[in-house]
Amino acid sequence: MTVAAEVADAHRHEWAFVLAATVRVTRDLDLAEECVQDAYARALTVWAASGVPANKGAWLTTVAKRRAIDLLRRDAALRRRLPLLLDEQPETVPPTVQDDRLRLILICCHPALAQEAQVALTLRLLCGLTTAEVARAFLVSEPTMAARITRAKKKIANAHIPFRVPPADELPERVDAVLTVVNLLFTTGHTAPVGDGLVRRDLVERALDLSRMLRVLLPADPGVAGLLALILLTDARRTTRVAEDGSLVLLKDQDRTRWDRNAITEGIALVRDALRCRPPGRFALMAAIAAVHSEAPSWQDTDWREIVSLYDLLVQLWPSPVVALNRAVAVGQAEGPAEGLRALDALATEPQLAGYGYLAAARADFLARLGRTAEARTAYGEALLLTENTVERAFLETRLNRL
Amino acid sequence: MSQYLILIYEDEAGWATADQATYDQVMKGHLTFSENNASSVLGGNALQPNGTATSIRKDADGGFAITDGPFAETKEGLGGYYLVEAADLDEAIAIAKQVPASFGGVEVRPIRVFD
Repeated sequence: MTVAAEVADAHRHEWAFVLAATVRVTRDLDLAEECVQDAYARALTVWAASGVPANKGAWLTTVAKRRAIDLLRRDAALRRRLPLLLDEQPETVPPTVQDDRLRLILICCHPALAQEAQVALTLRLLCGLTTAEVARAFLVSEPTMAARITRAKKKIANAHIPFRVPPADELPERVDAVLTVVNLLFTTGHTAPVGDGLVRRDLVERALDLSRMLRVLLPADPGVAGLLALILLTDARRTTRVAEDGSLVLLKDQDRTRWDRNAITEGIALVRDALRCRPPGRFALMAAIAAVHSEAPSWQDTDWREIVSLYDLLVQLWPSPVVALNRAVAVGQAEGPAEGLRALDALATEPQLAGYGYLAAARADFLARLGRTAEARTAYGEALLLTENTVERAFLETRLNRL
Repeated sequence: MSQYLILIYEDEAGWATADQATYDQVMKGHLTFSENNASSVLGGNALQPNGTATSIRKDADGGFAITDGPFAETKEGLGGYYLVEAADLDEAIAIAKQVPASFGGVEVRPIRVFD
């Protein structure tokens, strides 16, 4: 590897570690970011001159921390001006969750911050993305994203959101907020809501990196195991989801021999781990559903009854209309299109699904299979009105034209 | 330690139509809250209803526009506050969750410290 590639690799894999350790010294996010950026810049020249260190993360941390101590010592005024993050840690917290990276991601995903701010801060502080990159990921202008990040950082400092792992009884809820953000990054990347490409590979990779990091930090957490499994099992199908001409390939028609077997094996082992916790959490159940698909030789030979029963559990745990919609689609596979349509129609008045293209698309499919062509045509038209992803639109148009 | 102001937002219609038993129950809830958090609560008061409120805004001419009524244009009006001392926002939120704001909710706002 060239020195530039070594630094890029360290940026990808060590950023969160270096920044979190530096925040411990500066107790200020902006100052820590500045010192860490400085350390990466110095790595480019120092590593070229005297070789790449064996432990890149440790080298970068030392340099960033030294810079922080230097700045703070030289500038007593700066030190006074900083609204310092609090980091006193109660002794009851086990050392396994004492990693600074966990503190950092818990700050980013604090419930007192808006979710869009949580996502932006996570990409920026844990993944080391620039504001411009975060803005691009969410298709907003750079000044808008910069304002969002600045506002969130100000709130962290001024409201004293602590740089601390909460007590054991609050930890599960806080970790769940983190998992929600990572899952949101993944789903946004897996099927981009708008734009020309179906998948935003960069976001999927970041979500995978973050869930692997969480697995290291919280090895006993079933939700973390479930989310990592869900991401691995879903992403294992990535090369088969889009045809060579860029069109969408449904699960039904995917070439299962090309699914990533290593990811599936790892994912299934994690699902078993996650399901050991009773009752199983939502990510464990979603991963279990993905695992049933991964193990099925074909769409027809899928254990749809097992999938419906997993959805039954999931709906109880997480009564979201979107989950109920997915359950209805599975019912249609297990018991036929007429039953599926009945389950879908029960959701027709859900306000949350009113603008949701997948409901209309699923209805269209069941109607077509029942030979109710005119109604299917109307439903596809409705789905098209509600879908903004180019690849998905092309798919719906093909279906409509085939009727 | 930092200081936080816990503001209570409630629908005044709830109070207006509440019977004596409900009223007594909520008052008792506030007493219990104050006792349970005696070491954190520095003070607190119930406020007169929204109808007694006066808002003051600076106008374009550099003077003040004085209007009758509360500032926020929501259904809930400011009904009271607690001033609490807490180590950080998490602790303040934990205390705020215990406020019996039966007809609305609360807002936690950090107190600005001037040096």
